[in-house]
Parts: sequence; C-alpha cells; structure tokens
Amino acid sequence: MDDRQFILSSSPHIHSGESTPRIMYSVGVALVPAMFMGVYLFGFRALWVMLLSVVAGMATEAGAQRMMGRKVTVSDGSAMVTGILLALNLPPPVPWWLVVVGSAIAIVIGKQIYGGLGYNPFNPALVARVILLISFPVQMTTWAKPSAALSRTVDVVTTATPLGAMKTHLLVKGTLEGFTMGELWNPFIGNIGGCIGETSVIALLIGAGFLLYRGYISWHIPLTFIGTVFIFSGIFWLINPNQHMNPVFHILTGGLMLGAFYMATDMVTSPVTYRGMMVFGAGCGAITVIIRLFGGYPEGVSYSILLMNAATPLIDRYMRPKTFGWRAVSPR
Amino acid sequence: MKRLYLFQGGVHPSGQKISQNAPIEELGAPDRVVVPLSQHIGAPCEATVAPGDRVKKGDRVGQATGFVSVNIHAPISGVVKSIGTFPHPVGRPLPAVEIESDGEDTWADTLKPREDYMDLSPETLKEIIQDMGIVGMGGAAFPTHVKLSPPKEKPIDTFIINGAECEPYLTADHRLMLEEPESIIAGARIAMRILGVTRGIIAIESNKPDAIEKMKELTEDILELGVVALKVRYPQGAEKQLIKTLLNREVPFLGGLPMDVGAVVQNVGTLSAIFKAVRFGIPLIERITTVTGSGVRAPKNLRVRIGTPIKVLIEACRGFTSEIGKVIMGGPMMGVSQHSLEAPVVKGTSGILFQPVAEVQAVVAQPCIRCGSCIRACPARLMPTVLGVFAQRDMFEEAERCDVVECIECGCCNYVCPAKIPLVQLLRYAKAEVLARRKAA
Repeated sequence: MDDRQFILSSSPHIHSGESTPRIMYSVGVALVPAMFMGVYLFGFRALWVMLLSVVAGMATEAGAQRMMGRKVTVSDGSAMVTGILLALNLPPPVPWWLVVVGSAIAIVIGKQIYGGLGYNPFNPALVARVILLISFPVQMTTWAKPSAALSRTVDVVTTATPLGAMKTHLLVKGTLEGFTMGELWNPFIGNIGGCIGETSVIALLIGAGFLLYRGYISWHIPLTFIGTVFIFSGIFWLINPNQHMNPVFHILTGGLMLGAFYMATDMVTSPVTYRGMMVFGAGCGAITVIIRLFGGYPEGVSYSILLMNAATPLIDRYMRPKTFGWRAVSPR
Repeated sequence: MKRLYLFQGGVHPSGQKISQNAPIEELGAPDRVVVPLSQHIGAPCEATVAPGDRVKKGDRVGQATGFVSVNIHAPISGVVKSIGTFPHPVGRPLPAVEIESDGEDTWADTLKPREDYMDLSPETLKEIIQDMGIVGMGGAAFPTHVKLSPPKEKPIDTFIINGAECEPYLTADHRLMLEEPESIIAGARIAMRILGVTRGIIAIESNKPDAIEKMKELTEDILELGVVALKVRYPQGAEKQLIKTLLNREVPFLGGLPMDVGAVVQNVGTLSAIFKAVRFGIPLIERITTVTGSGVRAPKNLRVRIGTPIKVLIEACRGFTSEIGKVIMGGPMMGVSQHSLEAPVVKGTSGILFQPVAEVQAVVAQPCIRCGSCIRACPARLMPTVLGVFAQRDMFEEAERCDVVECIECGCCNYVCPAKIPLVQLLRYAKAEVLARRKAA
C-alpha cells in the first residue's frame, strides 16, 4: 500500500474545463451566421474565399511552426479564427491569390513572428487586411453588389459601399444634400456593398449574442466602441447635417459591427480588465469617427483597432485593479 | 434581513458535497498514532515525553514554545514508541511523537469539568484555550488564543462564526452544525465573552439550508447571535472575503488582520473545540474530517483522532473504487496533495479527497491568451497572469510592486485559466521569494 505512487501537484486540484480551443471554436461558431449571410448575399464565391483563407492560414501556421522547430498547434483553432475573420474582411470579388497572400501575412507577420498565439500585439487578421489594403488598393476596394440569388459565378456588378458613396458624394458635391442612406432594412440584413462578412448587422448580432451568453466577450468593448461612434458622429451630425451623416447610418454601415464584436474583442490584443476595455472601446470609437469624417479613407474601423492594440499595454498598466485592502493603507 | 455586500471575483465550482448526508461516525482509537509537533502556524512544540513513557488520552505530549504556539496532547492511551521525524501532510518529514495504543483508550485524570465556565475571566479562558491546544480548524491552523487577543487599541465589534464551508466536497462543518450545534453556539459565547463583543454573526452558505434552519432555531432567543445565509461562491469562507461580504470592510493589505477592521472570525469546528476544552477540559485530540471523492466507496464524515494515518481512514470508508491518482489533504481548491498514506490527520485536516486516476489530468500549460479570466476571478483583485509572468522570469521587484504577497492562494485563477497555466504555483513561488527578501532586508 505504501509504495503506491501518487501524483503530486500544486493546488487547485480541479479545473473549470475551459480551454483555448473551446474559446476559439466558439468564436468560429459565432461567426457562422455572418458566414452564411456572406454566401447568401455574395454567392458561392464567398464560400471559396473563406475556405481558401482558413486552409491557407492553417497551412501557413503549421509550416511556420515546423520551420521554427516548434510544436505544431493548428488544432487550437486560432489560425482557423484568423482565417475566417480575414475572409469576412475581404471584398467579395477579391482574387484568389490575394486571399492566400493575406492569410500568410496574417499568420507570419501578424502572429508567428512575435512568438505565436498570445504574444502578438496586433490583431493578425487586421494586420493582413491593412497590408493588403495599402499594397493592393484596387483589388481591395472593388465591391460587388449583393445578389440574393446563390449564383455560382459572381457577375461582378460593382457597387460602392455606403461609406464610400457618402465620401464620394461629399467630395463631388461638397454637401450631403441629395445623399440618402436608403432603407434601414438593407444594412440590417446586409443588402449593401462591403466586405463578405461585415454587411449583415443581424447576422453579426446573433453571433455576438452567443459569445456574450457564453462569456467569451463582454459588453465593455463593443458597447463603448459603438456607443462612442454613435455619440461622436451624432454630435457632428447635429452641428452640420449637410456635411455629416446621421449616427444611425454610421453604426449600421462599414465594418463597425464586425470590428466591435469580433475584432476589437480579440483577447490577445485588447486590455484584460473591464475598465481597460472601456477605455479601449472608446478609443476605437473616437478614432473610427475621426477617420470616417476627416480622413482620406471612407472607413476607419480597422485602423482604429490596430492603433488601440498598440495602446493596450499602456492601458493595462494604468488600469490595474486596486488590490483588496488598499484603501486602509494608501494615503487618502 | 441583513444586507450583504459582495467581494469581487470568485468562482462556482460544482459543490460535490457527496458526503453531506453521512452522519458523523466515530473512527475510534487506532493502534498507532503519529502526532506531529508542528500542527499550527507558529513555533513548533517541544516534546514533553520520552520513548517508553506511558501516556493516557489527553495527556500533554508537547509544550507550546511561545505565544504563537499551542500544546499538543496524546490522542490515545498507550506507550510513546519514539520521537523522530515522520511523514507530515506538508510533504516533508517533520518531528512527531509516535504512540502505540494499549487498547484501553483511558482518559487522563486531568479532565476538568467546569459548570461555571462563563464566570471565568477572559484571561483564564484564553489560558485554557492555549493549554488545550486549540487552533483554527478551517484549515489554516492558526492558534486560536492569539486571534482572541486583540490589543486594546483595536476594538472588536463583530464576532463572525464561519460555517461557510465553501470548498467543494467538504462537509465536516456542515455535519457539525447539524449534529452538535449547541457546542458551536456555546463556544461562540465563550469567544465573545473573551472579546467583550455583543454581536455575533453565524455565516453559512445557502447550499446548507438545514444547517441554516437549525442555527436559526437555536439562536432565536439569543439576542447577540444572528444567522446569515451567504450566496454560494468560492472562496466565500476565506476570512477577508467573509468580512467584506458581511460588514463591507476590507482588511488592509500589507499584513492587516481582521482585528484591524473590528472583526474576529472563527470556524465552527474551532468553536466546538473551545466549548469542549473550557466546559470539560477536553484537549484538541480529535476532529471531524470528511473522507470523500469518487475514489472512495463510502464517503463519510469521521471523528478522527489527531495523528491517525490516512490509510486507516480508507479502511473505514470501505476502500478505493479504482486506482487512486491523487490524495489531497483539504479541499480540491486549496488542499495539499500527499505522497504517502502514512501522513497523519492533523488539527487542520478538514478533509481528505481521493481522486481516481481518471479524474487527474496531466496538465500542459499553453500560452496565455490574455483572456483576463484570472483577473476577474481573483478575490484579492490581483492580476495573476501578469504576476505569473514576473514569477517565471524571476522579476520579484515587479511582482512585489503588484502586491503578489496579497495572494491568498485560493486557486480561483488557476481554476478558470483556459491555458491551464499553474498560476497558484507561480504566485506562491514569487510570494515566497518576496517575503524571504523582505526578511533578509
């Protein structure tokens, strides 16, 4: 009885069962409605983009890890999530090779170069999207008109995104008079021009509800992000409605919903405390509005998130929670 | 209804109170006991017996060596076989008195019933408590008379009777509250007399409705005592978190004690032991220990003599169900894993948990994904993930600046971590280093 070998380890001796793959695959599940709407609105081509992006991302990750002599961890689901998110952030008519290049950039430059999962300061999918946007501006801003029919070939009837159309209108006419945002219903279900996964607000909200319910995201970043965009753009709209669109238009169009619920909430690159998250979200919102209203680009969600990613270590440092019992000791 | 406040953090592990309906059973005197000379926080005892000496149950075998130290007593009658180093629940062998039973189990003639114990002065009562070897029985084993001796400049207004028992699996306190509630209440009145306090709160987690009911019934006519049902949340029974919940006071950090915020907390088992010591002169030679986990056939609450080797308890619970992977002294959140079944039950042993091999997963830590779960779960409001990185890199100054010593090692961060990083182990390491450096400085 006494020579039995027991396992010795530090407490605690039970675990909640939570795991990194479970979180990653849950994010994947949450994105299913958006992926479905992407295919529904933009045809099977959208499906190929997603598949290609995921496969290329996972292959790159496995290859990179093998080359570095590290343990291959593609099965943790993080490369899959990056692949899906990148695909959802690409325009529907994007050429196939651009998808592959983007996916490889996301994994190599966005993530593995820093040491892999957990060590990357910037959201990998957004790093790839922004590099593509700067390097291939034409391919990255050619938008397809959503055709609700599930057509195998996309007859690329090009269109503009609502934000792009607004910017052009403003540039050409000098005023927003005559520009209408159309039916609210369209951006709500996604019947507007834009990236594969960003147009359908309802699909994104359904998935976000799932993540909130499971506790994998909290309301702090999305609410402060979207709220800041709403309030900030609302102020400018009240001041000068001829130059600025109303805040409802701003929160329903572009990549805000996708960015606020799925990209800004990326655990690795956002602050770890609730207070920090609120600062982060507000910062994202403010930068987004500044870029949309005063910048050269029609859309600023990606940039705003990347800029706030850079500020995350600083936010974490200053938003440290006050240790239990501090009040009685620190000078008041 | 008393208003409750919230402590931040905490987790909700499955209760697993599988032994809650098992009445307390007497295990009786084993053939042999190993009574460690160090069973409490503070200075170890000095042995007062020599090999060959005959002892009776209740005889003193170890003498306290300072104020923060208590006596130990023979749990059985018999002969002192040896004094040497023996397996101890902390993991390394420590000095202990080995006693072989004479099979008689006769009491020492030092037993001293006191009818008029409530007329004794606080000083005398405290002397009895130290003399009878009473320590905190919730797990930490801090000498009780020390906690009952706040300096004059720290007035105490509330006495808290801790029946939270928030660790999963453990039911020893629960059974005690159901079966011997009078001894707890009497013990509480003794402690309150010592402290000169007129407000006592019996705090019980709401997963023990029968205990709450029982206590309410018995305290109906006692103005000074009230019963509060606590929400179930681990570590609700931790002293500082309990005070925060009941009184909305935070024990100051940097070494603050409950007495700094006018509170003293005692576990229900300790109070029962106080009553027996003061009323009958019975020293702390036995305690209720929950033997539990899916590894044992019949989970039970046993009244065990101090010094009884773990292996004796297994027989009483009808053996193992399957191969055992881990033997844990204490609960699953804060207990200490054991390497030997020879290790004895000590004064702080609230339970022994047997986990079959199938329940014990080999854990491979993965990179932190900065999900922040550990931070939200930390009742001390620390940032375990950040402190863990400091610990891994031996960055002790940074760890100290981020208050690593305030970690209560409750295990919540570790429990929730999706990357399964051994955060408690890392923080404990950094904490020990920081404290050692402070001592050296």
